[in-house]
Amino acid sequence: MTAVLEVDNLSKRFGGIVAVDNVSFTVNDGDILGIIGPNGSGKSTLFNCVLGQLMPSEGRVRIDGRESTGMRPCDLNRLGVSRTFQLLQVFPQLSVRDNLILAGQEHQGSMATRLFGRPDAGLGEAADQMIEFFRLSHLASEQAGMLSYGQQKLLDAAMAFMAGPRLVLLDEPAGGVNLTMLGLLRERLQAYHAEHKATFVVIEHQMEFVMALCTRVLVLAEGKIIAEGAPEEVRRNPAVIEAYLGH
Amino acid sequence: MNRFGLLTVAVAAVAAIVLPFLLKPFGIYLISMWVVLTIAAIGLNLTLGYAGQVSMAQGAFVGIGAYAVALLTAAGWPFFPAFVIAGLLCFAIGWLLGYPALRVQHHYLAFVTLAFNTLVFLVLRNEEWLTNGTYGIAGTERPHLFGLSTDGARAFYFFCLGMLVLLAAATWWMLRSPWGRAFVALRENPIRALSLGLDTRRYTLMAFALGSTLGGLAGGLYAPLVQFIEPNSFSLNMSFNLLLMVIVGGSGRFFGPFVGALIAVLLPEWMRIAEGYYLIIYAMLVMILMVFCPTGVLGLVEKLFKPKKPPAAAAAPTLKAEATSR
Repeated sequence: MTAVLEVDNLSKRFGGIVAVDNVSFTVNDGDILGIIGPNGSGKSTLFNCVLGQLMPSEGRVRIDGRESTGMRPCDLNRLGVSRTFQLLQVFPQLSVRDNLILAGQEHQGSMATRLFGRPDAGLGEAADQMIEFFRLSHLASEQAGMLSYGQQKLLDAAMAFMAGPRLVLLDEPAGGVNLTMLGLLRERLQAYHAEHKATFVVIEHQMEFVMALCTRVLVLAEGKIIAEGAPEEVRRNPAVIEAYLGH
Repeated sequence: MNRFGLLTVAVAAVAAIVLPFLLKPFGIYLISMWVVLTIAAIGLNLTLGYAGQVSMAQGAFVGIGAYAVALLTAAGWPFFPAFVIAGLLCFAIGWLLGYPALRVQHHYLAFVTLAFNTLVFLVLRNEEWLTNGTYGIAGTERPHLFGLSTDGARAFYFFCLGMLVLLAAATWWMLRSPWGRAFVALRENPIRALSLGLDTRRYTLMAFALGSTLGGLAGGLYAPLVQFIEPNSFSLNMSFNLLLMVIVGGSGRFFGPFVGALIAVLLPEWMRIAEGYYLIIYAMLVMILMVFCPTGVLGLVEKLFKPKKPPAAAAAPTLKAEATSR
């Protein structure tokens, strides 16, 4: 198995507060790694350090064996790393189709060739296929801001896949989504994974979602890893039960 | 664009061609001023309306462009090279002005650009060796096009109108390209845009540079239009007026600056029948418009004529039961 993401002894401090404390883990090609933990356990900070939104205080991050610590998010994206955010991050005034074209256009040629190239950057067909894949065809020309919350979550996820990424980090994709949409979202993520053998890292509070989707789970508490393993293994771990699952 | 929009544009185009044959010289001067300020407002609309970068310095770029053309033509340069230099100079200065936008946003950025406008005004006023200070520069020559002089009011109006059509078409084409989508992304959600691979730094600088270039080119037409330029013409008032044109017309809408400039240039003149009260009435009309329609005149038109349809969520077909059971 090839390591797609390697995190070595990563720490992030904000003044005297240690948000992420000496965390190391590896994500292999084709893995779906779930990261769970209570609020304030450092999950999103860890994501932000991996994705270049924050500079780690210590430690290193490598993508496909290449040093990527502190790299800008746009450069990471061009390396094949994509993400979604905890809060909805679509472009409300653009259509669903334009949101998806935008999500892939910067991978097409240079800035100058994009200016003189086709308005859809040659991505019209790929966008339509992604729209179809995420069951959004009836909404293709709607402004993204007019969609329901669940539909926007689907679009948000679809945007992360538009550039054919090597690694996708999903920050609470199921947060606030109703049961119908939740099932559809999980089913589509599984289908994408099966079809493209993509590698995911998922932060999620919705335990059923994590257990059904992930091949491996990592548990964070106060910035440290307290457990790691297969979903069922983690579910049975007494420390995890006591600290996070409650029963 | 729908059929109603196309018809409106066609009627406006015919009016723009026919009007100068019906108007007296002052009327032609006013519509020429509308054309020139529309170009500057298109530039500001690009920076502010599309890319979301607040700029209170567009008047300064009109000034830089006007002085560049006035000084270079006075030094014996032909109009067109001077005009191109004015655009390139404003592109470079606009690019540099974009750097603060990489660190500050919103009202902080407004103050940075406002300070820049004041700086340009002070340079134009105090550096007399270059700009002739408060005495200004008179008599900027109008260009010759294919051997034809544009000295007359009507000829120069058509020259400016041609420039407007060219520059507006170039802007339209750019906004339809992936750059236009990237500018909107920059305005709506720069953090998400960055995570999708957009080099937001480069697009921010480009938005400032291109918007400023259009301001400079408008200035390059302003100097030969008014035939006398002096620093006060390019003080903060000009920048506020251009901002008003963009907001009143409809920020982030392609034809917003056309409508906004029409209102800001012509309405005060039409209001002159109210004699001493004309600016008070004009100000009140603008305030009423902004209170009841913050999206500007074109926003109001869209609201009135857009067909009503149910929200997208309600229009969604029922999802299969299998999705719920998984």
